Amino acid sequence: MLSQFLQFLFSGVTVGATYALAALGFTLIYNASNVINFAQGEFIMLGGMLAVFFTQLGLPLPVALGLAILVPAVVGVLVEKLAIEPVKGAETVTLIIITIGASLVIRGLVQVWLGKNTHSLPPFSGDTPIEILGATLLPQSLWVFGVTALVVVALWYFFNRTLTGKAMLATSVNRLAAELVGINTSWVLFMSFAMSAALGALGGILVTPITLTSYDVGIMLGLKGFVAAVVGGLGNGLGAVVGGLLVGVLEAMGAGYVSSAYKDAIPFVLILFILFFMPRGLFGAKVTDRV
Amino acid sequence: MHKNAYFGLSIVVAILAVLPFLLPNSFYMDLAIRMAINAVIVLGLNLLIGFAGQISLGHAGFLGIGAYATAVLPTHFGWHPLLAMGAGAAVTGALAALVARPIFKLKGHYLAMATLGLGIILNIAIRNEATWTGGPDGMPVPAMGLLGFELTSDKHWYWVVAILLAVSVWASLNLIDSPFGRALRALHGSEVASQVVGVDVVRYKVAIFVLSAVFASLMGSVTAHYVGFVTPNLADFFHSIELVTMVVIGGMASVYGSLVGAVLLTALPQALATFEGWETVAFGTILMLCMIFLPKGLVPTLAARFGKGE
Amino acid sequence: MALLDVSNLSIHFGGVKAVQNVSFSIDAGIVYSVIGPNGAGKTTLFNLITGVYTPTAGEIRLDGESIGGKSPNELARRGVARTFQNLQICMNMSARENVMVGAHLRLDRNLVKAALRFPALKSRDRELQTEAAELMAFVGLEKYVEARADSMPYGALKRLEIARALAMKPRLIFLDEPAAGLNPKETIEVDHLVRKIADFGVTVVLVEHDMKMVMNLSDRILVLDYGKKLAEGSGAEVRKNPDVIAAYLGAHA
Repeated sequence: MLSQFLQFLFSGVTVGATYALAALGFTLIYNASNVINFAQGEFIMLGGMLAVFFTQLGLPLPVALGLAILVPAVVGVLVEKLAIEPVKGAETVTLIIITIGASLVIRGLVQVWLGKNTHSLPPFSGDTPIEILGATLLPQSLWVFGVTALVVVALWYFFNRTLTGKAMLATSVNRLAAELVGINTSWVLFMSFAMSAALGALGGILVTPITLTSYDVGIMLGLKGFVAAVVGGLGNGLGAVVGGLLVGVLEAMGAGYVSSAYKDAIPFVLILFILFFMPRGLFGAKVTDRV
Repeated sequence: MHKNAYFGLSIVVAILAVLPFLLPNSFYMDLAIRMAINAVIVLGLNLLIGFAGQISLGHAGFLGIGAYATAVLPTHFGWHPLLAMGAGAAVTGALAALVARPIFKLKGHYLAMATLGLGIILNIAIRNEATWTGGPDGMPVPAMGLLGFELTSDKHWYWVVAILLAVSVWASLNLIDSPFGRALRALHGSEVASQVVGVDVVRYKVAIFVLSAVFASLMGSVTAHYVGFVTPNLADFFHSIELVTMVVIGGMASVYGSLVGAVLLTALPQALATFEGWETVAFGTILMLCMIFLPKGLVPTLAARFGKGE
Repeated sequence: MALLDVSNLSIHFGGVKAVQNVSFSIDAGIVYSVIGPNGAGKTTLFNLITGVYTPTAGEIRLDGESIGGKSPNELARRGVARTFQNLQICMNMSARENVMVGAHLRLDRNLVKAALRFPALKSRDRELQTEAAELMAFVGLEKYVEARADSMPYGALKRLEIARALAMKPRLIFLDEPAAGLNPKETIEVDHLVRKIADFGVTVVLVEHDMKMVMNLSDRILVLDYGKKLAEGSGAEVRKNPDVIAAYLGAHA
């Protein structure tokens, strides 16, 4: 009983960590620009696919992984410069369609370039499972937990202790006020896209040795990351992390105990319940419209 | 806007009347039928998105209910196709009404999330309930008999959907320019202003959401019958996005924009088929370019350029 | 009995007590003004009475019926209209349609009849178009009858809000700074307009910074400061009140 529960928990937290990184990416961009970036999932896919590609080229693992984070970050910046900045202040639907267009372009290019096959990446430190109370934990999962935790701490430090981070935070609270005190909000937008693409890619890289990857994994991962961000209350960093883990764990539990066929539906059932009963998510702020 | 608007309707009717005599072969006939079907769905969706200002990223789910109702009920339970179509619409209406009230207390991105979630759940259910739906492979749809008259040839189908389309355009124009339609547009323009003049905004959002969902469901049934086969792709997230894109590219809050959007985006995949392997890239690029350079959509942008309101 | 009776009304936003324990009553047929320095809670008070905000405590009675916490559209049914300090015009509609929306509750709003273009609905709509044009003329917007709302200047939009509110045929109308941002000539016109509205028997509640206009129009005045009632009375009484003088001069005597 316990071992089964632990097993589901481990796999839930592992995949949940990826959702958390994706949700953090949504949050970063949403805070900087009020845009929901539907291309976020493609950065996860890019991270995994590029890591596979660069390691197959024979590059040493650290270099390959570094490139697999850097390239998506550049792609993120390109999306921002070419597609988001020209339409500042457009309607929500317009922005949604632009980011969906971007996601199609990224997915399509990867499909043309790297093909439709499913790829895997060797685990970073072997695949001898670790036994804990009858459940097995893959060493790669430890990588996922560890790196995600590090990223969360680093982000916390960045936003609370560095001037750059505070400038980004200020922009998310009040863009106009931030501009008035001399913050370059266009640069903040640039940083947000770069960082969120890098975060997504990192998640994609870490989880690929466990879940495999192909050109079309981005849609579901991205949508679940969006669910995680909304569960936590859109715009709230801590909420995004908690939301990601919650979505991952519930999905694993649901797949294990209820129905594995409906695994992918679980996050969406969850989000409907949350939106119906807690319309601002778990940690979202209540806002009063001024009229 | 009124006189110009109904003038447009006469042009639409004229085009629909002569089109079948101009189309060179059955390929174009088929394309025209699918354009008209999409146009009806997009008209309904534009009432929700363009006129009332509410987003839905899950309408393909409703379309799926309609399509699968006409496939499953006659096949497994021997229902009459029309009855099945009505049942599909009724279930869609009931489901939309049930979820709409909580959904429409939400705004913007939360609303997008909720409708997206609903659509995805419906799609997953269709994919998984293979005993009933044939799962990912889909299932055939029994032919539709209507008053002892079988709808088999493309010609028949063309006239059916052409009449549906003309009526839908007329009804949409009527609706927009009525107390109901003004209330819808007003809650888009300023929600609080519409409330203080007495518009029960949640009720209106729910009503138009249900109406557009039922439209989608009915046209889902028509599609299913016309094609003779249904697959879960009809109901997937990507199809929801396609429908929204038709609304936005044609022009939000523009009846004729809905038609233009539906026509262009139905034709686009055919046109892109020549780009072997690059279809997705091309489709995505076109979406982005349209939204960047014509954020209001084709028809409103062109109308503004030539100095005429719709 | 007073038309509107407000007792011990309060609302808190987090720790901010925007309106505290305010009581007053308004008789039918008068012009009642609410004044006070910026941030005194005047617009918040309007938002509470017109249902945009729900009070934290206290009671609002319209004709003796408790209306606190009722939604704006329910209040509209009871004949309460308002305009907004920050314009709330539907820029996606024509000027005339904005006014026609004001008549929402007086129309047949049936969806099916509308979609099928029932003649009764159509002819009622045509009447309403004339009515809306008349209302626009009444507020001095005759030359904008065919205009798009998003092409009109600020001053005209302010009056368009008033025309929309009047299209409701209200008993009670709340005007939130109708003269703000207007030039002196426009201000005088609005002054006359408010008088005309009151002459039709509509009870007017006015928030306005233009003291000349307030003193000129008001039968009674309520003075708010930091969310609290500072004074209430006729123009002459309020003007002499030492607390009011102190609040406006910024020093307590």
